[in-house]
This record gives sequence, C-alpha cells and structure tokens, in this order.
Amino acid sequence: MNVWGAIRLVAGREISTKLRSKAYLISTLVLVIAFVAFAVIMKLVGGSTATTVGLTPANAALAAPLQASAKTVGATIETRQVPDDATARSDVSGGSLDAALTGDGTRVQVVVKKDLDDNLRSALNVVAGQLALNQQITGLGGNPAQVDAAVAQAGIDVQPLEQPHQYNGQQLALGIIAGVLIYLSLLLNGQGVAQGVVEEKTSRVVELLLATIRPWQLLAGKVLGIGAVGLLQMAVIGVVGIVAGLATGVLTISVSAAAGTVIWLIVWYLLGFLMYSIVFAGLGALVSRQEEVSGAVGPALMLVIAGYVIGISVLPSDPGSRLVEILSVIPVFSPTIMPMRLAMGSVPAWEAGLSVLLVVLLIPALVWLSARIYRNAVLRTGAKVRLRDALTAA
Amino acid sequence: MADRLLEIDGLSKRYGQTVALRQMSFDVRAGELFGFVGSNGAGKTTAMRIALGVLAADEGTVRWAGEPVTLDTRRHIGYMPEERGLYPKMKVGEQLTYLARLHGMSAAAARTSVATWTERLGVAHRSDDEVQKLSLGNQQRVQLAAALVHDPQILVLDEPFSGLDPVAVDVMSEVLREKAATGVPVVFSSHQLDLVERLCDRVGIVRSGQMVACGSVDELRAGGAVRVIVEAPDAPPGWAGQIPGVKVLTQQGNRTELELGDDADDQKVLATALATGPVHEFARRRPSLTELFRNVVTQGENR
Repeated sequence: MNVWGAIRLVAGREISTKLRSKAYLISTLVLVIAFVAFAVIMKLVGGSTATTVGLTPANAALAAPLQASAKTVGATIETRQVPDDATARSDVSGGSLDAALTGDGTRVQVVVKKDLDDNLRSALNVVAGQLALNQQITGLGGNPAQVDAAVAQAGIDVQPLEQPHQYNGQQLALGIIAGVLIYLSLLLNGQGVAQGVVEEKTSRVVELLLATIRPWQLLAGKVLGIGAVGLLQMAVIGVVGIVAGLATGVLTISVSAAAGTVIWLIVWYLLGFLMYSIVFAGLGALVSRQEEVSGAVGPALMLVIAGYVIGISVLPSDPGSRLVEILSVIPVFSPTIMPMRLAMGSVPAWEAGLSVLLVVLLIPALVWLSARIYRNAVLRTGAKVRLRDALTAA
Repeated sequence: MADRLLEIDGLSKRYGQTVALRQMSFDVRAGELFGFVGSNGAGKTTAMRIALGVLAADEGTVRWAGEPVTLDTRRHIGYMPEERGLYPKMKVGEQLTYLARLHGMSAAAARTSVATWTERLGVAHRSDDEVQKLSLGNQQRVQLAAALVHDPQILVLDEPFSGLDPVAVDVMSEVLREKAATGVPVVFSSHQLDLVERLCDRVGIVRSGQMVACGSVDELRAGGAVRVIVEAPDAPPGWAGQIPGVKVLTQQGNRTELELGDDADDQKVLATALATGPVHEFARRRPSLTELFRNVVTQGENR
C-alpha cells in the first residue's frame, strides 16, 4: 500500500463516520433551514415596505408632489383614489390604507390609524410646505409651476476626486453571510479535527494505527476527510441559501456575482480550514480528554473569533475600513475577514492575491510544526503535555 | 523457516533521567512462543513499542529475517498494545475491516478475514454493534481479532491474557499455539507466570530494562540448586542438618524441603531419612517459573 492509499483510507473512515453522525446531519439541516427561513422572512418583511396612501378627490392633485417628495426621502409610496372622507376613514381603520389625505385640499390633513410613519411624515411635510408656498405665489400673482421648475433645476454639482465604491445592501448582506458561514465552518470542523485527534488518543487506538502508518499520514487523512465533509456542508448551505435568495427575489444580484461569492467562499474555507485545522490537530494532541480540548485549542480559536468579530462589527458600517483592510491580508485573520470583503466587492486584485499567497506560504510551516507536536505528544497520555516539551522532544 | 527470526538487538531507551531499556537483546524464532516476563515498569512495553516503531529507540535495532524492520515489515506484524485501543463508536466489523485494510489488505480479503476471525473468537454475532457496547471480555477478543485479522507474519502481544475469563484464555492460548505452528514467531508479555510456563517454548525475564535470563523454562531451572521434598513422619527436627552440602529450607509437620548444593549426595539424604523410620515421599522438586522469577528479581534488588 502506498502513502496515498493510507491517507485515502483514513480520510474515507472520517468521511463515512461523519456523514452518518447525527450531529453533522442535524447541524447541516438546521443551517439550511435557517438560510431558507432567512430568505423567506426577508421577502415578507421587504414586501410590506411600500406605504399606501388614499387620496380623496379634493386631494387628487397632491399625488404627484407626494410621490416626488417621497422619492427624495427614500420611501416608496403608492397612492390610491378614494371616493370620499368617510370611505377614507373606514379604509384606514380597516388597514387597507396606511394613511389618507382628507379635507378640501388647501392644507394637508392626514388620517392614520395610530401614528404616522416617519418617512411618510417627512414626505408630507415637504408637500405641506410646497402647498403653502404655491398658495403664496398665486396670491402674489406668480405662476407656481414656473417657480417649481426653477427650483427643480437648481442643484449642486459634486466633483469627486476619487471614485468611491458603491456598496449596496445586498452585497453587505452577502458579505456578512459569507463571514458567518466561514466562521461557523472553521469553528465546527476545526474543532472536529481536534476532537478526532483526542478521541484516538483517549481510546488509545492511535497506538494501533501508528504501528501501521506514519503520524503525518494519519494527520493528513483526518484533516482531508473532515475538510471534505465540511466543504460538502458548506457547499450545500451556500447553494441552497443562494437559490432560496434568488427564488424568493430577496437576492437581486446577478447569478454570476452570486457564483463568484460561493467560489471565493470555498477557496477561503479550504485555506482557512487547512491552516486552522492543522494547528487544532497539533494542539489537540497535547491533551488526553475531550473536556480539555477547548482549553488546548483556545488560543488558536481566539484568533478565529477575533477576526470574525472585528469583521462583522466594523464592515457593515464602514466597508472601506483601513484597519479591516490591513487585517484581511494578515494570514491569521484573512480566512475570516477576506471572504466578507470579497463578498462585498471592491477588493483590489493584488490584496486578494497577496492574502491567498501568504496563507499558502504559511501552511507548510504549520504542517511541519503541528506534525512535530503531534508526533511527540500523541502517545503521551495522562496529564497535558506542555507545548515546549512537545516541540523539543525528539 | 530458520531465517524468519525476530531479533531485538541492543535496544536502549531513556526518558529524561529514567532508563527504560539498557542494551536489551533477545530473539524470537520462527514458530516459537516467547514469553516476556518482568515486574511492572521493567521495560517490556517499551521494548514492544519500539519493535512496532511506535517509539524510537535511542540505540539498537530490531531485525526481521536479518533486515532492519521498516514500515513495510510492520504491516505484517500483529500487535496488541498494552493499552487496549479501538474506536469506541465504530462497529466491530467495520473497525476490523478498516484495520485490515490499513495493513494493506484488499477490501474483499479484509471482509473475508474479518468474518473468519470474529467467528473463531466468538464475536461474530456482535459484528454490527459498536465496540463500546461490548463487555470488556468481548472487547478484548475484538482486540485480538484486530491483531490477527491481516494474517500477520509476526505476533507481538502486550498482556494478551489480562482481563480474560478462563474460556477466553483457552481460546487465546489455542490461537497463539496455532499461529506459532504455522511458523509465526509469537512474543507476548504476561504476569500470569503459570500460563507462560505452560505455553511458552522460551521465556525472557526482564529486570530494570535488561534481559537477565532467557531460555526454555528447563534451561532457566538448570542453573538453580536442586530441591528435594522428603516426607518422613518419624524424623526429628533438624534430622538433615548435619548432612554435608544440604540446607534445610522448611520443615513443616512430616514434610521437609531441602536444598542440595553441588557437593551433596541425594542417596546419603535418602539413607539418613530412612534411618529415622518410614519415608513416604522422596521427590526432586522442580522450581516453578514463579520461583525462578522471584529469585531473579530479588537477586537484582539485593545487588
């Protein structure tokens, strides 16, 4: 049996064990459901953002200015004709109208069920002001339409020296989801590797295995096996999530942009997983009991969490943050931060390339280091092996 | 057959200040059952782990058929570690198949072999159960199956009999004899010295990381003094004390146990005994392995 045969066997065992484990199936199912539910909820919430305003015949002329002013405050307003004040009142109390303009049309009178939506209030304030202005202009003998046209043409001319990147809400959301997915995946599968190492150590089966194959083969098989299963989980969740987003219409970015996000997600998952799981495996080998795993991998885990927390708390409000930009190229943080930035768009190609390159260069060093720790510590059961001892022992 | 020899040559191993093995050498011949005995911490497990390549020796080599043992050779060793180890949540059958395949067997051959050995060791009906659901005794049988399933050319078993019920001990002994009969060198460690004495062709006694006695039980006995048991009901206390070269070990009731030095004459002892009255028993007593072991170990401590 050659070297790869042994690694394939070990990886095969990990895959078949994991695919049949209830924890894995349940966590995948829960995440898939969460993503579909998220898309559906966004759809439901998004569908009710338009405000419907009823207009009595006396107020019909206000429809156009209301639409125009609503646009300037960023609200979507639909208008509907209602025959008289009484119908308007009953429609508002019945809920089919959000608000109704009643009265004789000389001033703005709004009927609402309880209170007036803030956006609508701003839009109506503008309309009311305009109404009063028009009345004054007419009183002074002017033509309100001419004045309106002149006002509409007046504007400011902005000349940006640098073209800022337009982040749209969709890309921000996609970035955050990418970040959450990578983070969860590193957390679940990275710890899975450490637990697998400790399981073999606790059950002492590792001695039987090491009498047949070399430590690094066992380590490589384990990392590749768990990584493949994690990748499958990630791909299923990512594809289902994006299909659900596109199907419900919540996600309106192009399919190619969505596919790009998934591909970058997979690339960074693989890099991040390889980098961290190798470290987790080495650290896991230091302890002999499952309860001690989290303590042993803690320091490395803190880096994953730190990257994620910084990314998720800074990026949504400040997508161009200089700090995040720098951190996203540093190997220990890049697996959590770079995919978020990539999903949001606007990452210069050289930054994307450099961050990948640095991780790729770091991985062989980590493999060497972890294999050394693993080889020296994995047969020493009992008390936790000190990192220094594991590194120095022959 | 003669070239299929497992040689442990001059192994030394230290853990920090502790010396675990000191120039340990012995060999196990083809078709031979070799018993490896010694107090706890004498170095048996360390020696076996080094033979399996699980540990690296500071000095010395392990050779199989004249060649240093490599990873490829190790695939042909059946190993039972002292610390029993199997995946607790993996099914017995799958687990054994996996281990057989790691040793280089094809999937089909592995399955056939698993069926044969689980049947032979009486755990075939538990093949689809997780290992952790089995009793300790049955886990032990699965562990032996794990050592045998890849049709090993060498067997290295650390304490294979510990924790077994008498029936399982018989099954295990029979299997080991059978493997030895096919020309496989079998080395196992045990604290059950009566069993080792009964089963083994040769025995090695280890003390503080060194092989202090090695050979067949008869050879080991040869070096010791001859002991004689005399049952003479009418003999007064101290009847044998004056015979040259004789040392009285015990005299309890009618029975006296004597140790005869090189210059002692057993006929003289018998004549002296007869002079006291009737003699119902006059027998040479062969020291058991337990006594030999105790001698060897205490000698070392007194040194």
